[in-house]
Amino acid sequence: MKSVKLSRRSVVAGAAAASALAGTTGASAQGAANTLRVVMHSDLRIVDPIWTTAYIVRNHGYMIYDTLFALDSKGDVQPQMVDKFTVSDDKLTYSFTLRDGLMWHDNTPVTTADVIPSIRRWGARDPLGQTVLGFVASMDAKDPKTFEIKLKEPTGLLIFALGKPSSNVPFIMPKRVAETDPNTQISEFVGSGPFVFQRDEWRPGDKAVYTKFAGYKPRSEPASGLAGGKVAKVDRVEWRVVADQQQAVNALLAGEIDIIESPSHDLLPLLKADNNIKLFNWNPLGNQYTMRFNHTTAPFNNPKIRQAALYAFNQEDFLKATIGDPEYYKVCKAMFVCGSPLETMAGMEDKLESNFAKARQLLQEAGYNREPVVLLHSTDLQVLTNLAPVAKSLLERAGFVVDMQSMDWQTVVARRVKRDPPTQGGWSAMLTSWVSADILNPVMAGFFNASGDKAAFGWPNDPEIEALRARFARAGTLAEQKQIAEAVQRRVAENPTHIHLGQWYSPGAHRSNISGWVATPAPVFWNIEKGRGA
Amino acid sequence: MLSYILRRLAATVPVLFTVAVMVFLMLRLTPGDPAAIIAGDNATSQQILDIRTKLGLEQPVLQQFFIWLGSILRGDLGESFFFRKTVWELISERIEPTLSLAVLTIVLAVIIAIPLGVVAAYRQGTWVDRLVMGFSVIGFSVPVFVVGYLLVYIFAVKLGWFPVQGYQRISGGLGPWFRSLVLPAFTLSVIYVALIARMTRTSVLEVLSEDYIRTARAKGQTEVKVLFQHALKNAAVPIVTVVGIGIALLIGGVVVTESVYSIPGLGRLTVDAVLARDFPVIQAIILSFSFVYVLINLLVDLSYTIFDPRIRY
Repeated sequence: MKSVKLSRRSVVAGAAAASALAGTTGASAQGAANTLRVVMHSDLRIVDPIWTTAYIVRNHGYMIYDTLFALDSKGDVQPQMVDKFTVSDDKLTYSFTLRDGLMWHDNTPVTTADVIPSIRRWGARDPLGQTVLGFVASMDAKDPKTFEIKLKEPTGLLIFALGKPSSNVPFIMPKRVAETDPNTQISEFVGSGPFVFQRDEWRPGDKAVYTKFAGYKPRSEPASGLAGGKVAKVDRVEWRVVADQQQAVNALLAGEIDIIESPSHDLLPLLKADNNIKLFNWNPLGNQYTMRFNHTTAPFNNPKIRQAALYAFNQEDFLKATIGDPEYYKVCKAMFVCGSPLETMAGMEDKLESNFAKARQLLQEAGYNREPVVLLHSTDLQVLTNLAPVAKSLLERAGFVVDMQSMDWQTVVARRVKRDPPTQGGWSAMLTSWVSADILNPVMAGFFNASGDKAAFGWPNDPEIEALRARFARAGTLAEQKQIAEAVQRRVAENPTHIHLGQWYSPGAHRSNISGWVATPAPVFWNIEKGRGA
Repeated sequence: MLSYILRRLAATVPVLFTVAVMVFLMLRLTPGDPAAIIAGDNATSQQILDIRTKLGLEQPVLQQFFIWLGSILRGDLGESFFFRKTVWELISERIEPTLSLAVLTIVLAVIIAIPLGVVAAYRQGTWVDRLVMGFSVIGFSVPVFVVGYLLVYIFAVKLGWFPVQGYQRISGGLGPWFRSLVLPAFTLSVIYVALIARMTRTSVLEVLSEDYIRTARAKGQTEVKVLFQHALKNAAVPIVTVVGIGIALLIGGVVVTESVYSIPGLGRLTVDAVLARDFPVIQAIILSFSFVYVLINLLVDLSYTIFDPRIRY
């Protein structure tokens, strides 16, 4: 038998091959020096942030577009593209002046001729936009930098709406793009934000690429929430698609990527244990779990039965089962989010405490006839999977009959818009989660819309809630808004449209050489610096 | 031979038509609404309905089917609901990673498995044989994703020899391309090494007891020549069949491997399209895979004539 010997030539050849491979690694590392490699929560497939409310598209919007106003870290609305604005004494005329130096990515100037159709297109799609545009009598460009909005009657929502932080965000687009039919997707992706979308390099399922826009003029204030100076400190941002969470974590540990937007909670201990990785809660307002009732069919077409569920639930059980670590959740009875200006516990004091005796009493008073609750159980999204089993258990302990039906999330999404009876493919209740920034007041939070057929799936019909929402839209001061928000919450506690099941947080993870990540309701990549090593 | 090939190709038409009908109907029966997915979580019922209408999903199913069939016959695979790209464009973008992974996997599997199988047969009953067969059992039993995670942990996370995930295109250089595929190809090849090694061993064992092998040895041929020239060539037909089946089975294997290693190939496209209910993409991919499957079977049948001159069509 011949033994295998390593000749000098084979060693040299092997070393050359190894150095060739190593050389390529070195080259790619060099190229990656000022490139931020990020794994987002989802793949970017659609690129029109007005046409869809998907969060990944909203995040894309923040990369390439700018907004007239923006929410700062304290929750106050600050001018962003707007330099200054005035409001007339009768609060009916708003005059806005754009700041100097705003440029589109094709190096043409941003003018008020671009702004007005952008607001119109957003207002045609976004529910808060629709409400606010209902107050608008006219929008006129006075000159390339000044425009005026005249209202039919005063509203305290106009500036907040123009700085709305989450889907749909009123991004400003070039006139020719903004004039696209709101029901048709845009096909040109020119913005005026700090990064330029590299359409040629965009491969859905693989990556989306953004490069620094040299012509962007940031505000002089430091970055604060979504407001302040949006200074792009890296030349290039790549959103890499890594569908498998474990693999995303492995890639971060190995230094192949720099940031994971939201690693799953069960993998956080693995990341915490590595000295080269830091966790950062970029969204301090977090998210809120919610159970939505179908108001059109039994048993939840009866307000007392819905209230029985409100008494049967407690938030801790849901949060423990899904998030686990108390560091990343908060029991919070405020429907408009703990830590927000409209935080209130009104009407909820004795609810959400798993008072089964009270729940049973309400079921008896309501004449509950043991109609099964068809509960939709999403099985493929980790942050939602354990919600339905907890709901089932608590409802059953209160005396409900529950038929929990398991399916993937996309089937839940399709099924929840069906209005058929539960026996014919309909549903009684489903569980989901909201980004807190989407539910900061009763007008913007979709589940408070109680206009029956025009409301979101679940279709609650309560003229009293609708009257309160209309009053909220007209409220001029924060004190007035707070008073109405309390009234809305009290009313919902009596006649629940949905049940809020606690706040939770999903920290991002980054290599330790990354700094400057700004806390915002949506992940943004300006202000982030990438140092050497790690 | 030519008439045989033409007949076989003609036979693919009813197969593909049946697949087309089945796929179309199954997708329409599957719960899930692409319009609701596209519209996003905060969309109103009206917005979802608008999108359904735009996508043509409000038309009767039969009408949708014939529109799609007509497009397919004109060579138009349709447009993705999500990507605003034609399905053909999407498949073209994704074919390189999948083809690269598949070819490397099969090459790796054949290079490793056939010598292992031959050696196991030659040393039947010894520890070498038991080792190869033991590996074969493990290769069959361990799921692809477990092998994948183990290899990643050892060779990427701990040793840093290969990337954890991702794919480098050939245009970026052969070195990075090969490096990005080593772990995925090894992961995927494990089951094929097991399959082909086992089949090679059985096949070679049968041949080794034939008279012509004894004759070859009597003529003074070396054992290597006896094994690889005389025995292996005559044992090749079942081995080629298994390799052919393996190539066809790869279609399923790449789905898992591409997901684990974040390779933007056809497997990942299939998974993404199924999760998003992107009907045109799913329909086109399954139809294409069916065609490839039929084609591979034909090629395997034709290859028999090379290894066994007695076979004629």
